[in-house]
Amino acid sequence: MFDLIEKYNVLDAFWLTIKLTFYAAILSLIWGTILAGMRVSPVPAMRAFGTLYVNLFRNTPLTLILVATSIVLKNTLGVTMFADEQSQDFFAILDFRLAILGLTAYTATFVCESIRSGINTVPVGQAEAARALGLSFAQVLRIIVLPQAFRSVVGPLASVLIALTKNTTVATAIGVAEAAGILRAMIEFESDRIMVVFLIFALGFVILTLPTGLILGQVAKKVAVKR
Amino acid sequence: MSAPSVLYDAPGPKAKARNHGYTAAFIVVIGAIAWYVISELLDSGQLDWPRWEPFVNGSGVWTAYILPGLQNTLIAAALAIVIALPLGAILGIARLSQHLWIRAIAGTIVEFFRAVPVLILMVFARVIYFEFTTLPEENLALFSVVTGLVLYNASVLAEVFRAGILSLPKGQTEAASALGLRKTQLMTLILLPQAITVMLPAIVSQLVVTLKDTALGGAILSFPDLLDSVGKITANFGSNVIASFVIIAAIYIMINSLLTWFAGWLERKLAKRKKAPKAKPIHIATETGAGASMDMGGGGDSGSD
Repeated sequence: MFDLIEKYNVLDAFWLTIKLTFYAAILSLIWGTILAGMRVSPVPAMRAFGTLYVNLFRNTPLTLILVATSIVLKNTLGVTMFADEQSQDFFAILDFRLAILGLTAYTATFVCESIRSGINTVPVGQAEAARALGLSFAQVLRIIVLPQAFRSVVGPLASVLIALTKNTTVATAIGVAEAAGILRAMIEFESDRIMVVFLIFALGFVILTLPTGLILGQVAKKVAVKR
Repeated sequence: MSAPSVLYDAPGPKAKARNHGYTAAFIVVIGAIAWYVISELLDSGQLDWPRWEPFVNGSGVWTAYILPGLQNTLIAAALAIVIALPLGAILGIARLSQHLWIRAIAGTIVEFFRAVPVLILMVFARVIYFEFTTLPEENLALFSVVTGLVLYNASVLAEVFRAGILSLPKGQTEAASALGLRKTQLMTLILLPQAITVMLPAIVSQLVVTLKDTALGGAILSFPDLLDSVGKITANFGSNVIASFVIIAAIYIMINSLLTWFAGWLERKLAKRKKAPKAKPIHIATETGAGASMDMGGGGDSGSD
């Protein structure tokens, strides 16, 4: 088992999985929060955009989004995502960034919906009191509502993060050499030890996702506003 | 309610003017991005009519590639959910068993298959079928896709079943036991029928997830599904990559939006049905009042779908 892990650089592949998850998680948290803000804002055009964006991207398969970033953005339109074209690993860097872009575009919709449901758990009186004090919409959202909303959606956001971790495997469809990419190579050459290969990857993902769920589950309990 | 949302006051003249300003600024930004994208597309000739023409002039794109692909996608999703439902029910009930070892085994299976990505399950299923069975080559992809989806969805549905059964009032179990029903009878006659009604919206939502996941098969296992048809279209009708992606994405979005809407409709209908016996028959106003009295903090604006 360990000879296989060493021979195929499995750890490097999982490190790439972790990096994809990390960057996509941060970016989708930001983009998802902005989308949630748009969807509850007093400006109709922003609400319409937020709703349209979420409904379009949530209902498109992630696989299609990622394949489209590669075929449409890279091959057809020649988008370079600020990668250095002279660099030797230009394509590796470009594919990596495209994967993050696709994962973010998709995952942000789920972050947005989680935060919106979190906003619904904040008692009406909080927002009313804030308005009575003369706070503007942006202040009500930023100072009063969002901090409480975030505390109540740590659990759902943890589920989104776990789903994102597993979804990074789809990046293999556009040639990013993360865990699933290495798995396909190993199956080709180690067909007599398939069970071992499968166990390595299954365990790898159990190790990545199980502690995330347990730790964030504890955090969720701890930070949730007791009502 | 006079204000559209509790997060902001009903706009007065000043706020209205400000909101118009924001609207204008936002539309300018979005418009600029859209203009940039469209001009890029025009420059690269992606919006030229010949690239889009095959989709409307009866050239056979639909009958040769898109519809068969759609059919395969729907078959895979339907098969997966139909097989996963009973499996999920069994696993979910096993997790509620009175015997520790049954609970432990079911729990391990459920947690394991929920932690492993569907893609890896599919790839692995394909190898197993290829090495150890004599399945015909053309069925291999479909079988692998369905197997991966079944393993994953059965464990997700197991949790849905468990939550559904646990959500029922304790009195149901107690009354059934008092009548002398056996455990099997209690489950099949009393708990499951009620739980399934509660779970229907969640099951329909899971169907959306399954449908989206079938696209993995198209990209990784060359399963001839809807996503896979993009490659065939662009190979046979010139380089109309963007046109094909737009059309295929639109089909996915349409089906999934319909399913999402159906799940929401079911949920509202069931919620209404549950409330009905409690409400006094004369009190007609409760139906509209119910929405407002529900614990909706902020943000429950017109945008909620």
